[in-house]
Amino acid sequence: MINFPILTMFVLVPTAGAVLVAAFSNRRPEWVKLIALLSSVLTLGLSIWVVVAFDKSNADFQFVSMHTWIKPWGISWHLGIDGISLFLVLLTGVLFPLVVAGTDPHHDHKRYLSWMLLLEAGLMGSFISLDLFLFFVFFEIVLVPMYFLIAGWGYEGRVYAATKFFLFTMVGSAFMLVGIIATAVIAKGNGPLTFDLIELAKADFAATTGRWLFFAFAVAFAVKVPIFPLHTWLPDAHTQAPTGGSVILAAVMLKLGTYGLLRFGVYLFPEAARWSRSLWLTLAVIGIIYGAIAATMQKDLKRLVAYSSVAHLGFIVLGIFAMTSQSITGGVMQNINHGVSTGALFLLVGMIYDRRHTREISELKGLQKVAPIFAGVFMVVMLSSIGVPGLNGFVGEYLVLIGSFLTARWWTVVATTGVILAALYLLWAYQRVFHGEPDDANRSFPDLKMREAAVLLPLVGVIVFTGLYPKPMLDRIEPSVNRLIEHVSEKTSYVEPLPAVVAP
Amino acid sequence: MIAADPTFVGPSVNWFALSPVLVLLGAAMVLLVVGSLVPRWPRHVYALFTAASGLAAMILCFFLWDDITDDGPSTLVGNALRFDVFSMIITITITGAVVLVAFVTDDYLRREELDGPEVYALYLLAAIGAIVMGSANDLIVLFLGLEIMSIAFYVMASSHRKRIESQESGIKYFILGGFSSAFFLYGIAMVYGTTGSTNYSRIVDSFNATVPAVRHDAFILAGVALLIVGLGFKVTAVPFHYWTPDVYEGAPTPVTSFMASVGKVAAFAAMLRVLIYALPHWRDDYRPIIWTIAVLTVVVGSVMAVVQTNVKRMLAFSSISHAGFIMIGVEAAAHRAGQADAGYGVPAALLYMLLYSVLVIGTFAVVAMVGRTGDGATDLAAFRGLGKSHPVVALAMTVLLLAQAGVPLTSGFVAKFAVIQAAVEEHSYAIAIVAMVASVIAAFLYLRIMVSMWVSEPESADDTREPVRVPAWTGIALAISVGFTLAIGFFPTWLIDATKAAVTTR
Repeated sequence: MINFPILTMFVLVPTAGAVLVAAFSNRRPEWVKLIALLSSVLTLGLSIWVVVAFDKSNADFQFVSMHTWIKPWGISWHLGIDGISLFLVLLTGVLFPLVVAGTDPHHDHKRYLSWMLLLEAGLMGSFISLDLFLFFVFFEIVLVPMYFLIAGWGYEGRVYAATKFFLFTMVGSAFMLVGIIATAVIAKGNGPLTFDLIELAKADFAATTGRWLFFAFAVAFAVKVPIFPLHTWLPDAHTQAPTGGSVILAAVMLKLGTYGLLRFGVYLFPEAARWSRSLWLTLAVIGIIYGAIAATMQKDLKRLVAYSSVAHLGFIVLGIFAMTSQSITGGVMQNINHGVSTGALFLLVGMIYDRRHTREISELKGLQKVAPIFAGVFMVVMLSSIGVPGLNGFVGEYLVLIGSFLTARWWTVVATTGVILAALYLLWAYQRVFHGEPDDANRSFPDLKMREAAVLLPLVGVIVFTGLYPKPMLDRIEPSVNRLIEHVSEKTSYVEPLPAVVAP
Repeated sequence: MIAADPTFVGPSVNWFALSPVLVLLGAAMVLLVVGSLVPRWPRHVYALFTAASGLAAMILCFFLWDDITDDGPSTLVGNALRFDVFSMIITITITGAVVLVAFVTDDYLRREELDGPEVYALYLLAAIGAIVMGSANDLIVLFLGLEIMSIAFYVMASSHRKRIESQESGIKYFILGGFSSAFFLYGIAMVYGTTGSTNYSRIVDSFNATVPAVRHDAFILAGVALLIVGLGFKVTAVPFHYWTPDVYEGAPTPVTSFMASVGKVAAFAAMLRVLIYALPHWRDDYRPIIWTIAVLTVVVGSVMAVVQTNVKRMLAFSSISHAGFIMIGVEAAAHRAGQADAGYGVPAALLYMLLYSVLVIGTFAVVAMVGRTGDGATDLAAFRGLGKSHPVVALAMTVLLLAQAGVPLTSGFVAKFAVIQAAVEEHSYAIAIVAMVASVIAAFLYLRIMVSMWVSEPESADDTREPVRVPAWTGIALAISVGFTLAIGFFPTWLIDATKAAVTTR
């Protein structure tokens, strides 16, 4: 069992599914969908198994699999998983079967599903790579399926949105590629070239060098997160993408940015991360406030959710750069929570669009009367996004805020208002869409169907469970976060302020 | 000198080491002589004969490579040619290109009703010239190779008798090419005037003896500059690139792919040999020039490519931008010119040339198909709906375009990674970042072609267009090209090691 390369399977199973789907005859759409569903469910099974088998007392990378790939350049197929990536893998595993089963591309099912599965393979690969080159390969390759998903199955402005998304991210990656190569070349000294994360983390860079390198990485991740002011691709891409694309984009793909900042930025260049923290904290807080205000002003429901992502991701960045055990743990939690709630929100907005063919808030009215179950589910998901206690959003945001208060007091004070603003824009939107008397156009709005309920139920379950009992997650995340902070303390003069008890 | 020496004996010739060139030469002669004496050969035969001779030459290279590994590198025909791994890599690349382009040309010429032996004979002659350029150890020999190749190119470019653009392209190329050859020859004369020899090894020896004295000699500096101009023209480096879009657009599409692959490989090989191995003493003088040219080439190539609407012109500018990437490898190599440890520059440039040749031939193979009869339908609109009508061809084109954009798991990424790594090893961070950002700009252009194939709705004008046909041999060339692109994307190790041998077994 130890030797079974389970992490490699995370990449291979969806890829094989994608190839099978692409090779299958177009005349049997139900088989195509079944294969896609099976391979994504199999991946989900693998990720559940990894979560169960994960040793929570071990802060190091587990299930490591290591093979030489491109020897002359010191590149290896090095995969591993720790508390920071564990739940991102689970999140990816959970969301893809739901998207495959629950969203309808309306045309060219085969190609749509094929791209979806390739996307899953790429995302899984990004979260488990421990080799900088390998990470870059996955980080970059996910652009291709996502580009085609947006450009092929999106709404009216899809080509513009897809191109903008592709080019923005690629500009960031351009800097990161040079950064990755420079990191490896500078770190090697007279030794052999290696791109292995764990080896490179042992290297000591001169302060200036480290800062340059850190920024080369950080630009790529900042575009991906997105951190204000590099966020302008996000509202377009999210709004124009098909529902399935938006769900994955918001729930999983944005996390590549925050995950990358933690795993590569802070881990490889702790000094530079400490040195530039005021910049990141400020941008994070601006993102929180700006995202919230922009969301309040939106007329399009999907755009509103998209801007809310800018705000929520700001909390994660705040947590990462506040650099206390609670704040980073909260940030990692928030990665997952935002994925679940925003993923569910995009699914719900997609369902509204399928029924009414509009996303305009002003076109919708009084849906609560005609679709009470739909409204109820929307309410729960929305409250979790706001961060109401008892639901998952609260756990992450609360941890981020109390953790950040120790080291970044004034930033936290401003950020806290973001929680109130979140309540403002979401409740206001809810009020306009669901309250009141339905007009003629909305009177025939059908309530939640069984299939839709089956897709949303797991997400609502996660929302409530995590909100009430986050301990299993925290137990697995915290050791790895603490180890990261120890690593930062070893490399810099940073001393974490007195830790408080984490589990609430 | 020779005439004054009655005891002169010709150099001993290692005929086997020359066999790749001899095979190509023999095949070219057969095509020219037999082809003009006997009636038209059955279809496919001209192309298959050409491809077979290219393949034979390539296979011979592998045996020769083995000899070099065992016995070490040497020179041929009285120091005129170098016989080393570098030459072998260049020869293999060129012969490989001959094979692939011959396949595409076969279908193209028959569609255009221009079938005949002439173009194939010119391919082989141009390949000979290119191989000589890549293995030359003497500036005069290099010039001979350059002229053999260029004259074949001029004729090939205007070989589509029914298209006025093709004639225009040939004339333009001929006049501008003549100018650049003159510059190049003047540069040779100046180097000869300073050193008393045109042989690379003797040039180096001469400078070893005299360098402090001639350090600031304007004569030699002008010579180096003129050589860079001449070679810069052939590699389509900015600001010597103005002929490229017109010639590439006007020339028959398979010929364009031949020029973009073989022409570039030969010119870059010559540039590496001349700058790195013959003129290492001047590296600090020419390196800033190479740096500037490389940056200009990637940026101008990418930016200009984006604003085109004709796919052939786009790919012409994108080939300029790729030339810039190879220049980055040359720049990295220039840091180590004359040192025992040659660094990563030369292998990276070689790797890039090889991978790009295969990519560009595959890409132009699709363009040749989409061009339809008359070779005129090469605007973006001509690609509309290709994803619906020919999904496999569109997918192949997508892979090739993504590779040109440098997306991972394709050979294009391996190539870019190699040159960027070489640049970073020499601390040329600025050039690396500029190049990567420029490649993002270029990515926009590849996306435009992909959007046209997959997303754009067919318009009424499309119904009147002739449907795209996918002939068998072009399909085979395309499959080989895509297969190679992906295979190298996943398993590049052996090729990286092979190109490294070019500097380790010198």
